[in-house]
Amino acid sequence: MSPGWRLAHVLRDPGTALGFTAREWTELFAVARAEQMAGTLAHRLNGLALPPRVQRLVEDAIASAEQVRQAALWEAEMARRALAPLGMKVVLLKGTAFAAAGLSPSAGRNIGDLDILVPRDRIEEAEVALLAAGWEWVKPDPYDDAYYRRWMHELPPLIHRERDRMIDVHHTILPLTARIRPDAQALLDASEPLENGLCILSRTDRQVHAVAHLLADGDLAGGMRNLWDFHCLIRDEGTQGLAERARHHGLGREMARAGRLSHALYGTEVPPEWQRLTLLDRLYLRRMTARDGWGRGSRKFTRLAFYVRSHWLRMPPLMLARHLWTKYRKGYRPVG
Amino acid sequence: MRHVAHLQIGPAGFRIGSDWRAPIAALEELYRDYPKPEIPDFNVHLFAARPWRRFLRPAIHIGGDFTIPDAAPLPLAQGLLAAEMGMNLQMALAQRRYLLLHASAVERNGKAVLMTGISGAGKSTLAALLMARGWRLMGDEFVLIDPATGLAHAFPRLISLKNQAIAVARAALPEGRFGPLLPGTPKGDIRHLVPDVRAIEKMAEPAEPALLLFPRFGFEAAERPVPPSEAFVRLTQASTNYVHLAERGFDALTRLVRSVPARAIDYPDTDSGIALVEVLSEAAL
Repeated sequence: MSPGWRLAHVLRDPGTALGFTAREWTELFAVARAEQMAGTLAHRLNGLALPPRVQRLVEDAIASAEQVRQAALWEAEMARRALAPLGMKVVLLKGTAFAAAGLSPSAGRNIGDLDILVPRDRIEEAEVALLAAGWEWVKPDPYDDAYYRRWMHELPPLIHRERDRMIDVHHTILPLTARIRPDAQALLDASEPLENGLCILSRTDRQVHAVAHLLADGDLAGGMRNLWDFHCLIRDEGTQGLAERARHHGLGREMARAGRLSHALYGTEVPPEWQRLTLLDRLYLRRMTARDGWGRGSRKFTRLAFYVRSHWLRMPPLMLARHLWTKYRKGYRPVG
Repeated sequence: MRHVAHLQIGPAGFRIGSDWRAPIAALEELYRDYPKPEIPDFNVHLFAARPWRRFLRPAIHIGGDFTIPDAAPLPLAQGLLAAEMGMNLQMALAQRRYLLLHASAVERNGKAVLMTGISGAGKSTLAALLMARGWRLMGDEFVLIDPATGLAHAFPRLISLKNQAIAVARAALPEGRFGPLLPGTPKGDIRHLVPDVRAIEKMAEPAEPALLLFPRFGFEAAERPVPPSEAFVRLTQASTNYVHLAERGFDALTRLVRSVPARAIDYPDTDSGIALVEVLSEAAL
């Protein structure tokens, strides 16, 4: 079994790790760290009769994730205070939303930037308020800035000058250049308020967003983590009304694929029509679990293929060519 | 990874993988008396960015469980330094059990003297010379403060001696085991000194912090007390994980600066530096 698959098996059934050799434990944590899932793994293992050294790793990862959660919630509160006078709907997304609402993907989950969704016609007001409250632009390049504003689903990223934390202010959940155009107004209309006045997406929209993020955007980097979010949401909240809602947002195909992948990787209980993998699904799984025993990316060709696909999803060919040409002239070279 | 070494240094275990034999061979020789962890806390990768760069103008990239972007690679001849930097990087970026202070430390009778300062202040040199004078070396790079107990834990990796300090330490420790001379590193000439047997045998024993020193090399001899407020601010800057530990970090640091006397010391040469440290220790320990 590959180290990536082994992580999936342990997340699914932590008891299987109890017979691990020292080397298997070592590789398990290396892969979990690379996938930003050390805290998640630790929460799954906690309470089992673990070897003392593993117990230490588990305790440290749990403490570390707790600190991450606290800092993320504080960041959400800072944004709330900055935006509250505007009286607009502010919807927390992804990790911060899970943590704020106490949803199960948040147990041990790493949270990077603060992601929020606001109404598109009021996004400039939100930007002005955030700038006044100490957030600053981090993309000094005028082309990058213009690109974000014209084509992306979010403002250029802002970083707070004192806390050094990034906020992504979205007006929808996929780039405007993508072929799929989710219904952003419906996301806002169906969102649910938390006690502090911030909102989170509705049950089905949370799952739709997890799927959009995983399968309709990006190159599947962090795929195991994003699919774990999906798995936890389905496990706790079921699949009722999910397919219809996904179709409404143009993400029906992606939703079905997420269901199949999650069933295969994490054993998620899903309707029978989501239980058979296609050939292409197997390629997705191959990409998602592409880690060696040191946590380094393996399967270079598969990775490259998904990298190319991510750009294909993101923009039409002519636009991609123009974008790459502009970037090239500015001295940008792809790394890797 | 092709070549692998396991090392336990104080409470932290490492697995170091390398595309080349040489850095691992150097580690195994110099760390031969250290225990090997069964399951490490951190992984370090020493790798070639492209397969052919293993042989053609080999350059060592430093990675691991935790990495920073754009870290400059090192030439293969400095593989030992790359391994040390890789281990330090994991500690600096991801150690969360202890408050990490960028400091050297020595111990006597269960009491620790902590010395912190900018690069070139003489942390490593003073620690090496105090070891030569019978102190137990706890570390020349990081001191680990346990927020639960306030105790200092040792991290006695190889002592990293730079430039003129190499000859000084050679003279003080004629029997000492030294690594190869690494000329022309980003920090000048470097030579590693293996901590003595006692430092390795007792590396799992913590000590109670008893004196906090802020040494500066190359100034006329002087000393002044450092108030807790100033020590606190300077130590927040000397800690790589203070912010991440949040309240635990604040509590550990305020407890340290309130309970331990602190002195800033300037010294023109190592002899007077050592004399100053020992006089102040006499009073504090």
